[in-house]
Amino acid sequence: MTNEKILYLGLGIFGIVGPMLFPNYTLQIAMLWIMVLMASTWDITGGQMGYNSLGNITFFGVGMYVCAAIQVSMFYDLAEYTASYGAIKPVFTESQYFIGLILGIVAGGVVCVGLSLLLGLAVFGLRGPYFAIGTLGVAVAMREIVTTMDTVGGGAGISMPFLPLPIEYRSLFFYVLCFLLAVAAHFTIRWMFSTQFGLAANAIRDDEDKAEAMGIPTLRYKQFGWAVAAFYMGCIGAVFGNMSGYIEPQNIAFPLPTFGIFMVAMALLGGKGTLWGPVIGAIAFHIVKETTWTYLLDWQYIVLGLVLIVNIVYFQQGIMGWLKSMYPEKFGIVVDKSTNVSKGDA
Amino acid sequence: MFELLFVSAPIMNVQLLLEGIFIGSVFALSAYGLALIWGVMNVKNLAQGDFVIMGGYCAFAVYQLGIHPLFAIPVVIVFMFCFGWIVYKLIIKRVIDHDMFVSLLATFGLSLLLQQLLNLVFGPEVQTLDSQYGVFLLGDFVTVPKIKIISLVIAAAFATAVVIFMKRSRMGQAIRATAQDARAARVLGIDTDQVYAFTFALNAAICGVAGVLVSMIWSIQPFYGIIFSLRTFAIVTAAGLGNLPGVIGMSFVLGWFEQYAGVLAGAEWQIAASVFVLIGVLVWRQIQARRHRQVVR
Repeated sequence: MTNEKILYLGLGIFGIVGPMLFPNYTLQIAMLWIMVLMASTWDITGGQMGYNSLGNITFFGVGMYVCAAIQVSMFYDLAEYTASYGAIKPVFTESQYFIGLILGIVAGGVVCVGLSLLLGLAVFGLRGPYFAIGTLGVAVAMREIVTTMDTVGGGAGISMPFLPLPIEYRSLFFYVLCFLLAVAAHFTIRWMFSTQFGLAANAIRDDEDKAEAMGIPTLRYKQFGWAVAAFYMGCIGAVFGNMSGYIEPQNIAFPLPTFGIFMVAMALLGGKGTLWGPVIGAIAFHIVKETTWTYLLDWQYIVLGLVLIVNIVYFQQGIMGWLKSMYPEKFGIVVDKSTNVSKGDA
Repeated sequence: MFELLFVSAPIMNVQLLLEGIFIGSVFALSAYGLALIWGVMNVKNLAQGDFVIMGGYCAFAVYQLGIHPLFAIPVVIVFMFCFGWIVYKLIIKRVIDHDMFVSLLATFGLSLLLQQLLNLVFGPEVQTLDSQYGVFLLGDFVTVPKIKIISLVIAAAFATAVVIFMKRSRMGQAIRATAQDARAARVLGIDTDQVYAFTFALNAAICGVAGVLVSMIWSIQPFYGIIFSLRTFAIVTAAGLGNLPGVIGMSFVLGWFEQYAGVLAGAEWQIAASVFVLIGVLVWRQIQARRHRQVVR
């Protein structure tokens, strides 16, 4: 489809040229890719399978903490480091830092996959709104547990090691990581939904009992979908932790009332259950978020809450759904004008 | 801690059990409200806890004028009733026919909005309203603040009033009829839209009263709402809809569980404990459902 090529070209050029044109906004654009990744991975279970999770943010925080723990504990005693509240200044050589970072990001993803498989056993029997509440409960529980764990700093958090590169490369370095992860996630999802997995996922969304009766191992599909989401959420959490330089459970690692719900809002705004919906929704939402942040400051979250409510109440089909109903022929939906004629013939 | 509770000072158990009842009575109020709207209109309100906190802050506003928070209760009932009515007309009415996740998400958006609004207006500090009633000693060790007893009485009286209202009044009958079969009720001339609006507003008022009590016997903070919502969900899911004794009993059980978890595992585990109860209840329900499906098979 040519439209899609134009989108890829536009986003690709923006992704590469954007930070060069607006060097002061590099981290904001990095946030945009993080939000694209969050919304797209939420959509694997949320939009395509009908399992609306409110707790995907769990993996974001867990990945972040796993990565931080590995980076620090490879060369320091973790408990001692966090207990010192930043008195111990970590000095890493370049190779130490990058080995720790890469190991941390991968481990963050892998641990989240394991966690999602375990949690999936418990929560995937729940249907509909119970699943949403159950996963929300998981996220809140994880936040409280991390807050009580003193080895990882508890409520006070951990300050992350510094990037051993000149300071002007710092934002660019994390930008590249975020962009690459978002692209990887997008193409993984694209590939997943071009295989049999996509059909099975949509069958589960439409009628799970029938899908099961047809012999689809629904639990395994649900777990696989969630595990992919968890892997990317864990990796991006690990990157985000290093990007922000300081992590703590309440507002950065498990930001339940903000990013935890924004990712759902973005997927819905763009149109859930489509490949491009979450991407477009995330871009639109990020623009609203940044403009309200600039002009309204304290009222930002109130405006965002309003956007969420208005979106759900009055604009449920999302941008993609709206486009589809406006221009059906661009989506390959053929409006068969010959039906009336052929009826006469037959 | 274990030793302290059961060997050296068993009297502490009495204290914990009493605290559990006082807190549980407040949980029971908001859980009853949730069971009401869940049963009548099939809306799951994730802003339930924020309604509670909002009621508490209404009392706080009245308290700052120099009026005793107990006198805030009538004001809060009227205010929250109107607020609930407006929320129904603007939001709930439009999501009621859609699938349940939509109502869940819409109310989550509302919850976000209320949190931030309260944070802007009243600031992020933890507040406790001082009722100046002093404490009263039960035996030598157990201290009971008088306000907690008063709040228990108020909660019981208010709950009784609501139950009697539901049983006796014309509106109560209409609500119960709508809960049984909305279509039949509509055929018989009941304006179900009006009934839904009233039910939701009543729920907001009940939460408001619970909030006033919480602000006096515990503490309120703009971001405490979500935990309250999860607690009420745990209670209602465990007790089942339309099971009033179950709701009250489960509220006390949750109150006790939280108190014991707070003492045995440390105060910071208290919130996590209530979430574990929720997850436990959901998983237990799931096992039940699976057994049911197997029987059907």
